[in-house]
Amino acid sequence: MSLQFKADDFLLATDAEKQELAAMRDSVGFWRDSLRRLVKNKVAMVSFFVIVVIMFFSFVVPSFYPYSYEQQQKGAENLRPMTYSAAEQERIAAGEKVTPHYLGTDKLGRDYAVRIMVGSRISLTVGLGAAVIILFIGALYGSIAAFFGGWVDIIMMRIVDIIYTIPDVLLIVLLSISLKAPLDALSENPAFRWVGTVGPNLISIFIVFALLYWVGMARIVRSQVLVLRESEYVTAAKALGAGNGRIIRKHLLTNCIGTLIVTTTLQIPSSIFTESYLSFLGLGVAAPLPSLGSLASTAINGMNTYPYLLIAPSVLISLIILSFNLFGDGLRDAFDPRLKK
Amino acid sequence: MTKYIVKRLFMAVLTVFVVATLTFFLMNTVPGGPYEAEKSISPQAKAALEAKFGLDKPLFEQYLTYLKNILHGDFGPSLKQRGRNVIDIILTKFPVSAKVGLISVMVSLIVGVPVGCIAAMKRGKMSDSAIIVIATVGIAVPSFVVCSLSMYFFGVKLRWLPTVGLTTWKHYIMPVFSLSFYPTTYIVRLMRSSMLDVLGQDYMRTARAKGVSQVVSLFKHALRNAILPVVTYLGPMMAYTITGSFIVEKVFTIPGLGGEFVSSITNRDYMMIMGTTIFLATLMVVINVVVDIVYKFIDPRINLK
Repeated sequence: MSLQFKADDFLLATDAEKQELAAMRDSVGFWRDSLRRLVKNKVAMVSFFVIVVIMFFSFVVPSFYPYSYEQQQKGAENLRPMTYSAAEQERIAAGEKVTPHYLGTDKLGRDYAVRIMVGSRISLTVGLGAAVIILFIGALYGSIAAFFGGWVDIIMMRIVDIIYTIPDVLLIVLLSISLKAPLDALSENPAFRWVGTVGPNLISIFIVFALLYWVGMARIVRSQVLVLRESEYVTAAKALGAGNGRIIRKHLLTNCIGTLIVTTTLQIPSSIFTESYLSFLGLGVAAPLPSLGSLASTAINGMNTYPYLLIAPSVLISLIILSFNLFGDGLRDAFDPRLKK
Repeated sequence: MTKYIVKRLFMAVLTVFVVATLTFFLMNTVPGGPYEAEKSISPQAKAALEAKFGLDKPLFEQYLTYLKNILHGDFGPSLKQRGRNVIDIILTKFPVSAKVGLISVMVSLIVGVPVGCIAAMKRGKMSDSAIIVIATVGIAVPSFVVCSLSMYFFGVKLRWLPTVGLTTWKHYIMPVFSLSFYPTTYIVRLMRSSMLDVLGQDYMRTARAKGVSQVVSLFKHALRNAILPVVTYLGPMMAYTITGSFIVEKVFTIPGLGGEFVSSITNRDYMMIMGTTIFLATLMVVINVVVDIVYKFIDPRINLK
C-alpha cells in the first residue's frame, strides 16, 4: 500500500469498467420483495384463490341469481338438491329453462344455495368490517401510547389490560339486549330502515368489536412503535419541525405496515368465528337475513332428514376461516419473516 | 412477588367491578328496566322486588344497592322460574358445566401435549406433516360445527352415542370431544413450535454430550421448558371452554349453566342474565389471575416487577 497517487488512477472509466459496476438487477423494494415471497408460497396463493372465489359467489352471484334469499316458493318446500317442485316440472315440460336448486330448498321453500351465498356474504362483511375498525382504532391507540410514553402509556395500557380481561361474548349478549329497543326505534325512521334489516344484534356485534377487539392490535402496534420511535429518522423528522401527528402517520405507522397488514388479516377469521358463534346462539342477524351460523343452527332440528342443510354451511364456514388463516400465515411469512414460527 | 400478586388482584377486582357496572347500566336501558317481567308478576312479588332493589329511588342509589346485594351473593329472584333465586339456579347448574368443562380441559392437555411433542421430535417426517395438517384444519373449525357434525354422524347416522342429556359416561363423549377439539389442536401447534425451539437449544446438546439418556433429557430438560407456553394458554382455554359450553349445552341439551344462560337470553329473564354474566365474568377473571400467578412461580426467569 502506498499513499502515492498514480496518474492513471484518475483516467476516465472505460466502458468495460462501467459495465462491471452497473447493478446486476433492479433494487427490490419492500412491496415487491414481500409480494415475491407471497407469490412463491403455494398454500397462501391457493387460499387467496379460494377467498376470491367465495367472495365472487357471495357478493356478485346473488345479484343475478334467479332466486332471492327471502323469496318463498309455494309448493317448493323441503326439496332435495337438484329436484324440482311440481310447478317447476310443469314449466320444464313446457320447454322453459328452470335453474335447479343446487342445494335444495328449506322448509319455507327458499332456495338454499342463494341463502348460503348471502350467509357467507354476512360472514365476510362482518370479518372485513371488523378488521377495518380494529385496524383503525388499534393502530392509532397503540402508536399514541408508545409515542408519548410515560404516564400516557401507563394509563392507556392499564385500560387495555382491563378491556382485555372482559369476556367479550358476555358483553355482546348484554349490548344486543340493551341496544334492541333504541335500534328498533331508530329503524322506524325511513332513513334508517337498514337497521331493521340488518338487525340490532349484528350492529351490537360491530359495536363490541369496536369497543373490545382492538386491544390485541393496540398491544402489537405499541411494541413496534416503542422500538421505531428511537430510530434516527424520527429524531431527524423532529429536528425538521414535524408535528407529532405527522411523525406517527408518516414515519411510525408506515414503518410497521407489515405488522399492520398481517395482524389485520389474521383478525378477519377470528371475527368471522365470533359472528358465526353468536348467530348460532340466535344472537346474530335478524330473521329473514341468513348467516352461516344461523343456517346451521336452524338445520340442526331437521338433520335426520335433511343433513345437507347442516353440512353445507358448516363446511363453508370452516373453509372460509381456514383460507383466511392460511392466507394470513402466508402474509406473515412474506411481510415479516422475523415473525415466522 | 407480593407486589405483583397484589397488583394482579387489584386489577382483577377492578375488572369485575367494571363488568358489574356495565351490566347494571346496560340492563337498565332496557325499556321498563331489568326487573320487568314480560308476563306481569304478582303484585306482592313486585312490591318485594321494589323494596329490595329500591326501585323508587334514583338510579345511582339503585346501583349501590345492587352492588351491595351482589357482594352478599344475592342476584335477586329469577323472573321466569317462579320462586327461585338466581344464585340458587347458578349453584345447582354450575357444577354440571364445571364437570364437563374440566374433563374437556384435561382431555385437551392429555392429548395435545404429547401429540405436539411427537410432531416436534418427528420433524419433517410423515407423522409430523399429518399432525400439522390436522391441527391447521382443526383450528379453523368452529365449535358449533364440531358439535353438530359429530352429533349427526355419531348420534343420528351411526347411532353409537346418545345425543341428549348427561346421564351415563357415554353421554360425556361428544360434548367433551366438541369442547376440547379446538383447544387440543391449538395446544398441539403451541407445543410443537415451543418443543422445536427447546430442542435446538445449547443446553439440550450439552445434556446429551454429558451422557444423559434421550428419555431423561426429554422429560427433565425439554418438556419442562417447552410446556411454559401451554401454561399461559390455560387462561384463554378456560374462557373458551366457558363460552363454548353455551353452544355445546344447547346442542346436546345438557342441564348446565351455559344452556341455562342461553335460554335465559331467549326468555329475556333479565335478572338471570345479569347474575350469570357477573358470575361467569368473575370466574374467568379469577382463573386468569390464578394462571398468571402460577406461571410466575413455575418460570423463575420472568422478573417479578
